[in-house]
Amino acid sequence: MRQAVTLYQSSIGKKFLMAVSGILLAGFVVVHMIGNLKMFEGPESMDGYAVFLKGLGSPILPEYGALWITRIVLLLAVGIHMVAAFQLWRRSRAARDVAYRKNDSQVFSYASRTLRWGGVIILLFVIYHILHFTTGNVHSDFAYGSVYQNVVIGFQNTPVALFYLVAVGALSLHLYHGLWSVFTTLGVQNPRVTRVRRPLAAGLSILLFVGYAAVPVGVMAGILTLR
Amino acid sequence: MDLTLHVWRQAGTSAAGDFQTYKAVGINGSMSFLEMLDLVNENITREGGDPIAFEHDCREGICGSCGMVVNGIAHGPHDMTTVCQLHMRSFADGDEVWIEPFRARAFPVLKDLVVERAALDRIVQAGGYVSIRTGSAPDANATPVPKPDADRAFDAAACIGCGACVAACPNASAMLFTAAKAAHLSYLPQGQTERLGRALDMVAVHDDEGFGNCTNHGACQVVCPKGISVDYIARLNRDTIRATLGGVGSPAATAGQ
Repeated sequence: MRQAVTLYQSSIGKKFLMAVSGILLAGFVVVHMIGNLKMFEGPESMDGYAVFLKGLGSPILPEYGALWITRIVLLLAVGIHMVAAFQLWRRSRAARDVAYRKNDSQVFSYASRTLRWGGVIILLFVIYHILHFTTGNVHSDFAYGSVYQNVVIGFQNTPVALFYLVAVGALSLHLYHGLWSVFTTLGVQNPRVTRVRRPLAAGLSILLFVGYAAVPVGVMAGILTLR
Repeated sequence: MDLTLHVWRQAGTSAAGDFQTYKAVGINGSMSFLEMLDLVNENITREGGDPIAFEHDCREGICGSCGMVVNGIAHGPHDMTTVCQLHMRSFADGDEVWIEPFRARAFPVLKDLVVERAALDRIVQAGGYVSIRTGSAPDANATPVPKPDADRAFDAAACIGCGACVAACPNASAMLFTAAKAAHLSYLPQGQTERLGRALDMVAVHDDEGFGNCTNHGACQVVCPKGISVDYIARLNRDTIRATLGGVGSPAATAGQ
């Protein structure tokens, strides 16, 4: 408990919590992307995957058991990541009370400068995404369990599909800075690792962008159609 | 060359500050930036004005006294130099130059371009030492230190404490300074005993002084006149996390308290 308090109080502790929750969320994002690609295998594969997720862990866990455990863990991770980010942002904002007239920001990467606002955009997107494809509240023609059909109908609305592309772009930028800086935050100093951390983060971010963009682009290009 | 300077003028810590415009006429490219300011100050003094206050001492880039933000870059546009070793050949005739003090809540302005950097001293006081009886100078190589470790310790010890890392950081964080001051000890055998406690204590004072936190932008290492690498921050993070997860009650964590 004392460790938890110290972690919570120090700025490096908060960053550690952000790194650990960020790794968890990044892991989820990778699995989610692979799951999405089942769209290209057709409705049986996609809808079957949803049924598989609901039954995951049975008979030890009840139906939806593993799904809800995952959701709660992810929600906790999001909560920790956001609270720590907000507190660190407030601390940093207070640390420079008078702004520079001239600020040569060419030394910061675009991804690092947009990290905080990117995070806010991702949060808003995730809320929309859950209302769109999980609960169906903002979906024009939602049919529970018909995942393939819901996705195709959802992305046949071009503004929605474009919004998804912007959001996964923001996610990729956020992950690029997050994935390489996680090595520093967790104190990895091995030069063999630090040399490859940026290419590794860039590669994974691009891979995730391509994987996530594939479905909305597939629908817009007419590759994925209602069957 | 002739330049137009926009210089931050502030009479005291609690006074309001603003930019004043000055002409720097007949500047020689071989002058240092501070010599250029000396010349401008002579003219200001001759006209009965209050000269621009700025801090300086060695003027050879090793003391860490000088420092100001020139056109948005701490220590100005030249890599790996302090502003006293920035030469006017880095500028062109007719340039407009904006000169501001290092901006951070932990660095209150004393006058014009002079800021109070005692917060950095307090971080060093919290753990930038080894509490062992050192006695007289030991024999060379009595305590073997691997060459790579000695080099890393030396590179960290090159920090002159100028505060440019804080000035350049978008979060006004002093993590590069703190990390360098911890690392030049943690790479050496003499620094091992208090290593984890030192990290905890120095980071705690860093946070209390009102510095922001590191978001791994890397602006600090770009402006650092001594080229200190952000990799030292990874080492400080590692030691801090190890001390924290090892428990605040452990001997290692309390050794420095």
